[in-house]
Amino acid sequence: MSQNKIGSVLIVGAGIAGIQAALDLAESGYLVHLVEESSAIGGTMPMLDKTFPTNDCSMCILSPKLVECGRHLNVRTYTNSQVVKTEGEAGNFKVTIKQKARYIDLEKCTGCGACAEACPVKVDDEFNQGLGKRKAAFKQYSQAFPNAYGIDEKNCLYQTRGKAKGKDICLKCVKACQAGAIDHQMEDKEFEVEVGSMILNPGFKIFDASRLDYYGYGKIKSVITSLEFERLLSASGPFDGHLVRPFDQKEPQKIAWIQCVGSRNAKINNNYCSGVCCMYAIKEAVIAKEHSHIPVDTTIFYMDMRTPGKDFEKYYNNAKNNQGVNFIRSRVYEVTEAKDDSGDACIRYSTEDGKICEDQFDLVVLSVGLEPGDSSKELAQMLDLKVNKFGFAELEPLSGVNTSKAGVFAAGAFSGPRDIPETVMQASAAAGAASALLSDERGTLVSEKEYPPELDVVGDVIRTGVFICHCGVNIGGVVDVPSVVEYAKTLPTVAYATDKIYACSQDAQASIKALISEQKLNRIVVSSCSPRTHEPLFQETLKEAGLNAHLFDMANIRDQCSWVHMHEPEKATEKAKDLTKLAIVRASMQQAVQPIFMSMNHTALVIGGGVAGMTSAVSLADQGYEVHLVEKDNALGGVARRFSTGFRGEDMKAFVAGLIDQVSNHPNIKLHVGVGIKDVGGFLGNFTTTLENGEQLAHGVALLTIGGQEYKPKEYLYGQDDRVMTQIEMDEALYNHDPKVDDAKNFVFIQCVGSRSDENPYCSRTCCTKSVKLALKVKKKNPGANVFVLYRDMRTYGYYEEDYEEARRIGIIFVRYSENAKPVVSKEGDTLVVTVTDHVLDRPIEIEADLVCLAAAIKAPADGKKLSKWFKIPLNAEGFFLEAHMKLRPVDFSTDGVFMAGIAHSPKNMEEVIAQAKAAAGRAGVALSKDQVESAGLNAFVNKRKCTACGTCEAVCSAKAVTVDMVNRVAVVNDALCKGCGACASSCRCGAISLRGCTNEQIVEMLNSL
Amino acid sequence: MGEIQVETENKKYEPKIAAFLCNWCSYAGADLAGVGRIQYPATIRTIRVPCSGRINPLYVLKAMANGADGVLVSGCHPGDCHYISGNYVARRKFALIKSLLNHVGLEEDRISFSWVSAAEGGRFAEVVKGVTERVSALGPNNGIFKVVDGGAADE
Repeated sequence: MSQNKIGSVLIVGAGIAGIQAALDLAESGYLVHLVEESSAIGGTMPMLDKTFPTNDCSMCILSPKLVECGRHLNVRTYTNSQVVKTEGEAGNFKVTIKQKARYIDLEKCTGCGACAEACPVKVDDEFNQGLGKRKAAFKQYSQAFPNAYGIDEKNCLYQTRGKAKGKDICLKCVKACQAGAIDHQMEDKEFEVEVGSMILNPGFKIFDASRLDYYGYGKIKSVITSLEFERLLSASGPFDGHLVRPFDQKEPQKIAWIQCVGSRNAKINNNYCSGVCCMYAIKEAVIAKEHSHIPVDTTIFYMDMRTPGKDFEKYYNNAKNNQGVNFIRSRVYEVTEAKDDSGDACIRYSTEDGKICEDQFDLVVLSVGLEPGDSSKELAQMLDLKVNKFGFAELEPLSGVNTSKAGVFAAGAFSGPRDIPETVMQASAAAGAASALLSDERGTLVSEKEYPPELDVVGDVIRTGVFICHCGVNIGGVVDVPSVVEYAKTLPTVAYATDKIYACSQDAQASIKALISEQKLNRIVVSSCSPRTHEPLFQETLKEAGLNAHLFDMANIRDQCSWVHMHEPEKATEKAKDLTKLAIVRASMQQAVQPIFMSMNHTALVIGGGVAGMTSAVSLADQGYEVHLVEKDNALGGVARRFSTGFRGEDMKAFVAGLIDQVSNHPNIKLHVGVGIKDVGGFLGNFTTTLENGEQLAHGVALLTIGGQEYKPKEYLYGQDDRVMTQIEMDEALYNHDPKVDDAKNFVFIQCVGSRSDENPYCSRTCCTKSVKLALKVKKKNPGANVFVLYRDMRTYGYYEEDYEEARRIGIIFVRYSENAKPVVSKEGDTLVVTVTDHVLDRPIEIEADLVCLAAAIKAPADGKKLSKWFKIPLNAEGFFLEAHMKLRPVDFSTDGVFMAGIAHSPKNMEEVIAQAKAAAGRAGVALSKDQVESAGLNAFVNKRKCTACGTCEAVCSAKAVTVDMVNRVAVVNDALCKGCGACASSCRCGAISLRGCTNEQIVEMLNSL
Repeated sequence: MGEIQVETENKKYEPKIAAFLCNWCSYAGADLAGVGRIQYPATIRTIRVPCSGRINPLYVLKAMANGADGVLVSGCHPGDCHYISGNYVARRKFALIKSLLNHVGLEEDRISFSWVSAAEGGRFAEVVKGVTERVSALGPNNGIFKVVDGGAADE
């Protein structure tokens, strides 16, 4: 490792993993170089319609992150770029980046789209999976960052035909662009950056379904991929979200999904499970039904339904039992075109009992698997990283994120198929790991913007400056902008009003700044586009001119006016005037709002000393923070102490001992073993936790890693016969050479004991793989043994599919049972007999067992409720911790400063626990890196004289920010917790509580001026 | 505004509708309608609020008193609220407002409540069309509540 470390990090790939890692690092004091191959950041997520299991709109949850990442001062984003060379070692790498010419100047482009409008070239739109067309001058998708167009040199008429010959062919874009942003002479460039670490997340590509000709993809029009189907569903897709067949616009009434297309297929060397397809197929089927205004019949053809993630099983059950999605366990032979000229497709398949059937569908969706992307392979090769036989990067065992090269970390599908939360977890974990590596250099390369001192405008005569934007022709082409300016001049408080061709351009900002001082303006209104994208930009200008950022408002006269009333210029102009007036009223009543700062205690508390807790503690301690690690048990290690080997053959005993050694000897970690917690108080930056021994710990953040518990089976003679044991007990028996296991000849494994039941309606995720591993162990040790696995669905997701395949190959017998006909374990004399109804034979079979191993469920921790009360954090119905957001905030609680990892969040395997523990430490590290806790200050505030202490505000506040001080009989807002939603203000009966920036007076005055 | 624009006898009556849109979902949905150039009637006047839960029932009355012909309140879909449960707060209040308006004899179709997500540009346009149609059918708001002083109703 280099002695000369550099406080910056290279991130390759700007999908959700790259964005998350970039934000985490930039927010914790590192300079980030973010390299993206395409012309915009976002990756695959913007293409998806909804996300499982919450059916959240994918674009909605992503776009705030896009804006945040795009605008961050310490994230340098290079689009159209690739890494071409790297040298150096952990701590100090030199990286050469090649950026392809975009032919449009990012500084000048306003994203108005005039170039695309003018461009005569239409090509297939990759973003829409070729289902729609785009121009050669294009933006990937409307919410893309950078909010700028680019020219596709392979299709542009000038680039392909004119440039070389020096002829001015086409160039319509140049004429159309009023911002002068187009530069067809732009050249590719190469440059070097120095970084201390690298995080690689180049993503995946979907399996090319035309490689399997029996599915008919590419030949039959009604056979499409699942990603194409996402675009069909998407409101911003090629058919505006109308569910129609792409080729004849017919609304499909009968849709089929075929699972495992390109996954679980040893013949094409893709013998792994892509892990995400079962869930996305269910989601697509459910959404299709919701989406269509005619009834839609949906059927999913599958081998095993694999829904092992958090809340996935409930989603599956709901689809099956309430939404009417059909599930057919089957093998699909082929898909052919229907002979009736309907354009439909026919699926020929065999059911479980061997019957061959055929059915016709309007649309067949292939659930394509995930493969390593082309650039992933190049990247791995260039850096000489270990890859597995499928071409995915191979991670160091039990590291969660480490590649085979020191200082280089991986996130997302680079190391194997992964869903969004797992990807986000790995991204935060990789950011945490990079931060731990470079902690000495934190803050050395980042810059902080400096502003002039703020002018005090309290009591000054209100002088509002109004700027009306033409946005080229986007607004000016419909709305009569000069008349809006004249109207604005007549309104109260307006001291100055003018128009701007592009209010957001650099020169317009300079002019606004100059006018603020020349005209002594103390309120600013801009009528242009959406405040959601542009408010921060104008507020920045106000700050640069010495005005408080909140003495401002925007009227949206483009997205919500000129663009939606294109054929009614008069009415649009009237509306633009009214919207401008509303903004002027609001701004004129606006007061300066100061951000609120509170002190930050830079110590972390980790509760729970299992593998998750110890991993988090080490990561945080390596990042340079003091850590208190509390374990109520008398020894560290948690349940992992009982495991002999990990899923990839790792020596767990040695691993756990190593971790215990690390936490015991780390100078930044203070252990509190054998002591529980009595009470917790405080909030982000200032928690105080009291231990049972009376000791008080002050800390700024808390990580809850309290693990789970093994279900104690009430069924299958468990506890009545010692030859019936749980997986953990069998693992221990094997390790201790217990004769019950060593001498056994007939082994029966029973899956889903206490999982996927009414009592625990979730899948415990790890037990299928664990049983296969144990079965392989005994079978390999004693090839003559008879080994049976009785299962409902084999959920050996990811690479564990190979183990499942090996198990079948070496003669382990898998018998499926159904939920309604569970196996029976009985005793005949001293003989254990397991009876199960075999689905293929359709008759009961009896097995004389020497050993019965039960895949007992993983249950939520017993102490969850206590912590829930102390930290004001929610639990889900099964008692597991509920994260702030299922997809994008998988380790954060909605309570700021509290994080989670491990089994207490949901069942998962050791590798996943470690990744999540590092992610929690990464996220906690972001919070701890701040000198102070800052909030924007647009919070609720109380007029004490009006308050009657009725407590309504306290009752409606979901952030638990308002409490009633019963001594002084007045409501008190905790600024650290208030999120500024205003529910309290709208509920207060006496008008005592209001919201800064959105007071009752402001809104009422706006309504008065309507 | 006060008096409604039945501008000329032969011109079609165009209602004016106060639209409270939550910042995170419905306002974004309205933006998306714009990006998709989905056309809808120019009847609404948007007031952006952080959350539909911010909307005080009195605002609705105030808008009506000031001669708005209709009020639209739009928030995130149930379960999608940026602030966890603000839209449920709004829904509860809205049920009350509806019955109050009924009680005082104002047509309940003048006020509408909807869920529009940030991805539903088309739906937003449909909502505005629907509200406009319903309010247009009722004709101008004759102002059940005349507030003489024009002062803040909740102060």
